[in-house]
Amino acid sequence: MFDAREDALAGARQHANWSPYDNNGGTVLAVAGESYVICAGDTRMSSGYNILTRKFEKIDKMSGKTLMASAGFAADAVTLKKTLKARCKQYEFQNKREIGCVAFAQMLSNTLYYRRFFPYYAFNIVAGLDAEGKGAVFTYDAVGSYERTNYSCQGSGQALIMPVLDNQLKTVSPLVLPAASSATPLSEQEAIDLIKDCFATAAERDIYTGDSVELWIMNAEGVRKEEMALRAD
Amino acid sequence: MIPRRTAHERVIGPGVVPHGVDPEHDALYRGRTARGTVTDEVLRGVRGRPFTIDGKAREKAPATRTQTPYVTGTSALGLKYAGGVLLATDTLACYGSTKRYKSVERVKRVNDKCAIAFTGELSDFAYVCDLLEELTTEDFCEDDGTTRDAEEIYQYLTRVMYNRRSKFDPLWNSFVVAGYDAKGEAFCGTVGMIGTHYADDHVAAGFGNHIARPIFREFYKPDLTEEEAVEIMKSALYACVMRDKQMMNKFQIAKVTKEGVSIGEPFAVPTEWGYEKFYNPTKFSPGGW
Repeated sequence: MFDAREDALAGARQHANWSPYDNNGGTVLAVAGESYVICAGDTRMSSGYNILTRKFEKIDKMSGKTLMASAGFAADAVTLKKTLKARCKQYEFQNKREIGCVAFAQMLSNTLYYRRFFPYYAFNIVAGLDAEGKGAVFTYDAVGSYERTNYSCQGSGQALIMPVLDNQLKTVSPLVLPAASSATPLSEQEAIDLIKDCFATAAERDIYTGDSVELWIMNAEGVRKEEMALRAD
Repeated sequence: MIPRRTAHERVIGPGVVPHGVDPEHDALYRGRTARGTVTDEVLRGVRGRPFTIDGKAREKAPATRTQTPYVTGTSALGLKYAGGVLLATDTLACYGSTKRYKSVERVKRVNDKCAIAFTGELSDFAYVCDLLEELTTEDFCEDDGTTRDAEEIYQYLTRVMYNRRSKFDPLWNSFVVAGYDAKGEAFCGTVGMIGTHYADDHVAAGFGNHIARPIFREFYKPDLTEEEAVEIMKSALYACVMRDKQMMNKFQIAKVTKEGVSIGEPFAVPTEWGYEKFYNPTKFSPGGW
């Protein structure tokens, strides 16, 4: 008796159904060198054809040797980082030292997979220096599959930037004997220039990438930041 | 004859649990009485138990949540200037496309450091006001001379909105939060229905994102005086009322300064509807006639 009325109601619905997700766009990128790592992200936040803000920072320092960058749904990304930062603090209290980037990378994977059936719609990159002080980049999908690489790019500009990185940064295969370092051969400054070019290029074609790019450069001395303006249209 | 009320919801009608929902209750009235035989046919449409929630029917019914808003406010705008932050809304709450409540204050003073404005469902906003009121009471009871600043209120609202969307039971609002942060700097941010949030020099929630933000982007500079900021705000409101059918020409501008929050009296802006293009919108368009 009620079903007929409910069907009629469904037909008369005037509002779009809401979605718990949005895509706020943005591109993040990281490159690992022998003794440095660079994490970069643009600062645009969009929703559909709207630019919501031009100064939304996608990169956060999670611990002394770990940076994390996320694109995708901004509210999920912020929540995820907030949770992880709290866990990093707990780790510090329990172990009397800061969490390293390799352990952090595993923790992020577990946190993402924990939400396998209502995922965080965030595309993440973790960049840091490992126990030997070598640059490390970890790249993820939304449900926690991850891999350690030397460079990676995620987000709306991924398809534009990734092939360029493949071409410019390809290194010795890890299968080759005798084993050779697979870190990118570029110097820190060369890598910075390459990253800036990548973002300037993506901003030409991708409407969700632009406004400015921030680069976090981490090496033995610590972390420093650089910023470069991008197209604002 | 007293007309039977129609139930809007299957479980609780307005004042009546209709016949057929609770078989045990119906059985009590079935059978012979002094006035003759009472059958289900006779009962249908007459007997109902007043004002009771029927637990069994509640179990059978699927969970329902706010899937559509009913009484809604449209755009809310926020703009920083040299001496503080402005908030602006109109005073209209619509029932669908009916201009239903025309003197609704859509701005709330949270404390001396913070005020918020909302778009979307009016009743959900009332609920959020209750939450904020609780926070303010807590602040008062602590009696430590500090109050939560605008950024803290903004972060709190973000968590509330995000948690509700994660329960698939969203609050149908977005907010503009204005005030001062912990460092004593002006703060202006917005929180969306699914927890999306950002802070900027100027923000707009709702349709104002399309109409007011371009005006803000063109005229904003960090050293705006209050008078200049009010002028920009008024031109943004003018643009909104000309193009947003849910907007009414009765506005309120609130400001948060170091001295506290002041919510201004309602005012109207001069509008001009006599343009040739409004009478005959296709006259000069290519292909029009």
